[in-house]
Amino acid sequence: MANKTKKNTTTTTYDDNNNTWHWILQKGTPTTFTTIALFAILIRFLVSLYPYSGFKTPPKFGDFEAQRHWMEITINLPIREWYRNGTNNDLSYWGLDYPPLTAYQSWIHGVFLRFFHPPSVSLFTSRGHESYLGKQLMRWTVISSDALIFFPAVLYFIIIHYNQPSRSRKTDLAWHITLLLLNPCLILIDHGHFQYNCISLGFTVAAVAAILSGKDLVGSVLYCLALNHKQMSLYFAPAFFSHLLGKCLRREHPVLEVSKLGFVVLGTFAAVWWPYLYSTQSFLEVIARLAPFERGIFEDYVANFWCATSILIKWKRLFATGPLKLLSFSLTIISCFPSMVQQIKSPSNKGFLYGLLNSSLAFYLFSFQVHEKSILLPLLPATMLAMEEPFIFRWFMQFAMFSMFPLMCRDGLIAPYFALFVLFILVLNTPDQNKIKENNYFYSYLGSTTRRLILFFSLILHIVYLTMQPPKKYPFLFEAIIMNLCFSQFVIVTLGCNIKQWMLNKNVKLDEIEKKLI
Amino acid sequence: MGKEKLSFKQVHDSSSAKTTLCWFFLVVTCIKVLLFPSYRSTDFEVHRNWLALTHSLPLSQWYFDETSPWTLDYPPFFAYFERFLSVFAHIVDPQIVHLKEGLNYSSDKVVYFQRVTVILSDLSLLYGVYRLTRKLDSRKQKLVWTLVIWSPMLLIVDHVHFQYNGFLIGILLISLSFLEEGMDLLGGFVFAVLLCFKHLFAVAAPVYFVYLLRHYCWGGIVRGFSRLLIMGSLVVAVFASAFGPFFHLGQIQQVIQRLFPFGRGLCHAYWAPNFWVFYIMLDKGLAFILRKIGFNIQAPAASFTAGLVGDSSPFSVLPRITPSVTFIMVLLALSPCLFKAWKNPRPQMITRWISYAYTCGFLFGWHVHEKASLHFVIPLAFVAAQTPEDAKHYFLLSIVSCYSLFPLLFEAQEYPIKVLLLLLHFILMWSGFSAQFSDKAETRATTAHTTKKGDQFGSKGSLSADVKNNGFAIGLIESVYLAGLVVVEIWGQFLHPLLFGDKLAFLPLMLISVYCALGIMYSWIWQLRSIVKSH
Repeated sequence: MANKTKKNTTTTTYDDNNNTWHWILQKGTPTTFTTIALFAILIRFLVSLYPYSGFKTPPKFGDFEAQRHWMEITINLPIREWYRNGTNNDLSYWGLDYPPLTAYQSWIHGVFLRFFHPPSVSLFTSRGHESYLGKQLMRWTVISSDALIFFPAVLYFIIIHYNQPSRSRKTDLAWHITLLLLNPCLILIDHGHFQYNCISLGFTVAAVAAILSGKDLVGSVLYCLALNHKQMSLYFAPAFFSHLLGKCLRREHPVLEVSKLGFVVLGTFAAVWWPYLYSTQSFLEVIARLAPFERGIFEDYVANFWCATSILIKWKRLFATGPLKLLSFSLTIISCFPSMVQQIKSPSNKGFLYGLLNSSLAFYLFSFQVHEKSILLPLLPATMLAMEEPFIFRWFMQFAMFSMFPLMCRDGLIAPYFALFVLFILVLNTPDQNKIKENNYFYSYLGSTTRRLILFFSLILHIVYLTMQPPKKYPFLFEAIIMNLCFSQFVIVTLGCNIKQWMLNKNVKLDEIEKKLI
Repeated sequence: MGKEKLSFKQVHDSSSAKTTLCWFFLVVTCIKVLLFPSYRSTDFEVHRNWLALTHSLPLSQWYFDETSPWTLDYPPFFAYFERFLSVFAHIVDPQIVHLKEGLNYSSDKVVYFQRVTVILSDLSLLYGVYRLTRKLDSRKQKLVWTLVIWSPMLLIVDHVHFQYNGFLIGILLISLSFLEEGMDLLGGFVFAVLLCFKHLFAVAAPVYFVYLLRHYCWGGIVRGFSRLLIMGSLVVAVFASAFGPFFHLGQIQQVIQRLFPFGRGLCHAYWAPNFWVFYIMLDKGLAFILRKIGFNIQAPAASFTAGLVGDSSPFSVLPRITPSVTFIMVLLALSPCLFKAWKNPRPQMITRWISYAYTCGFLFGWHVHEKASLHFVIPLAFVAAQTPEDAKHYFLLSIVSCYSLFPLLFEAQEYPIKVLLLLLHFILMWSGFSAQFSDKAETRATTAHTTKKGDQFGSKGSLSADVKNNGFAIGLIESVYLAGLVVVEIWGQFLHPLLFGDKLAFLPLMLISVYCALGIMYSWIWQLRSIVKSH
């Protein structure tokens, strides 16, 4: 109680007008958003000066070549052959393995590239194409997708989220926009490493915003689009499903509501998949491309359960793919079950955001074939919750960044990694940013000494990884240590967030009691 | 209770000002780091060559070496600075400082090393900014920091194009801060040091001389002469420590020749937007008209940029311009400011006077680089927040001079970056100035209102007029002029290549020069007027 009053007085001494950022904020949300968005776009352009994954590394190159190759395939072949192995389409060389919406996006971008620089997307001859103009154009396609999909989605989310009367502080709003738009992991992966996560994540943000504002049908359509751009968006499916189901059950005609949603979802899917629905075989062809089980339970070093425990238990050697699939599937479901139950029982806006975080974390930790880049998915809801859970957000982001560090080193993105990391910490410590009192038990549980020790340890690991050669017997020793450290922190975050989500019920009850008393 | 809060707040403010300043600096440092792989001009190789020659040659050959075309043409202190850096360069990668093998060396190591030296040397800018703004109120401070530390011009010139302007301007700012605080001796000393780093800053020397003479040395014969002696010996000591070794070696003539290469032309390769642009255009126009009328005008043999080749003049009709003409023009333009400094040497005015001096040097000087506009745009930022008129003028000036730097970065990769930097600068400046002045107007209006509440006859008309006068708004002509910049840019980037292809490639650049020169001329006249009008 004493804490609470203290918090109130500190917030009142900092009135909006005397704030450092008053002058950016005083013109209203549009100007604030424009300023921050311009800055975020500038940062994206700056990061895109650096090399991309697979830069000058024949014969297979990297994600950049994959995306370029898809553009080459989609603009030169008829739509039915995109996912089919043939004389013109060698699926073993970066064959399309994302859902149709990615293919359509590749087609649009391919047309754009062909207009300005035809050699970069010509069939066969363009394999491994690398040129100054080609790089610029490819970078432009990502930045434009980001600005056209992710940025408006964030604006939509912010408008919805801050529409509630209790959150009218301009500083919080600006700060939250900055955190969403300057997410260092997203920028590094999309504009450094080269991918189009901004599109699927943008659709997800928009879907969340739509559902928060009560437009469940629009939200479902948007979420289906996200799913159809990257199947990884499935990480959020339990949360969307349980929240919408919970909401429907509380309405007058639950069956009607559920069938309405089902119809919308099926319709969206049918529209996106239309070119492949002419025969079962062609449909299954595409599906087979999307689920690459043959690639093993994990690749490289990922801070998830399978990779972290593989030091002790050699999963890949002990089990065949079949049982492993089942095992990972059941573990995933079990771990996101509590949050689903909570949302079905008492769906709420805040609970929905926690649910998104918990289900995506469950998928990241336990599901099959997870990349280190998949950490972007749980990071998104964590960023949306940044105002409620400042500590968890900060902690999570730091270790998410760290878990991508080996990848960044491979891609030659060390300088932007550190620059964006420092920029992120600076944004978090913006002067005159009134600190929200940490009310998370997780924060106090860790204790300040432990927290500092862990941070110090991770800093040392950064330096060691950069400067020292690992012992010959264990060439991946440092990666393994990094992944285990990150994994342990992710587990703590997962536990903390799951408990927080369940605590929401309690708070509601307390509020009700208080209201009754009044 | 209220008083207690206030004092707490004041303590809090003063302690957090430094942190906030560091925050500003660190944010822009992140951007500088991200700019590492961007385009770099030949200036990068120039500085690398200087590292190499100061490291591998004895002092006696520094100003004679011609291994690379980029010979040393900065004063000795800068050479010593490069020698200091070369120690670390040698540790990082010995090839950087190798005179022959290092030529056009462009590995990541050398790029990162040299870029980092620019970032670190910017600490002098940070210190200068801190010294100059520590007496301002917190809101003005933040405005000035935004204008200077986040200056897009410094980012473009220093961290993309590659130079050490932030470092040098930082020294100038430190000198100005000493003068403003009344520590004239230190101010003069730091300025002398600056001159030994880069002699182009000497344009402001007359103002310094007059100001220091009147403000520091004047008053009584004994006191005056002793002070003159102290100041003189200090300056001589600085110059001796810089040029002494070369004087001792008997190379002073060679050094001077390297420092003042009048063999270069009136204009730089890309015409800096100054007075001479109009002169050249007038000459071309007259020649064209006279030829139409029937006079036999021969096309000039020499060009403006190549220099004084033989006796031929680059002009067809108008008289030829020599370095001494430009020198006299600069002095003439400076004279009102010198007169003011003589009559009433006020420390509060020194920043304006120095900026004005660099503006004159930019407009009328010989072989001026477009980058030299930094020398007055950065110092002017410190007085930009004083009145709405200052803000209005600075708003226009900084946009125009930043835009005039655009041709420096001509590659596709940097195009969005320079545009975004300017846009951000524009929007930050706009919100900053409007917040600064609309608020002031509000508080003034409310105080007026409260005083007028007493006597019931206060007219509301004067109140609204008061508010109107104090708000930040730019006039119609200024808005049209700024909109014209967009037109010029669209013409140069899109319409010109579309209509003419590769023909007349110089036309867009010329257009930028002429158009920006208008803005800079306006700024010069505005500064001149404000200096003459000041008491």
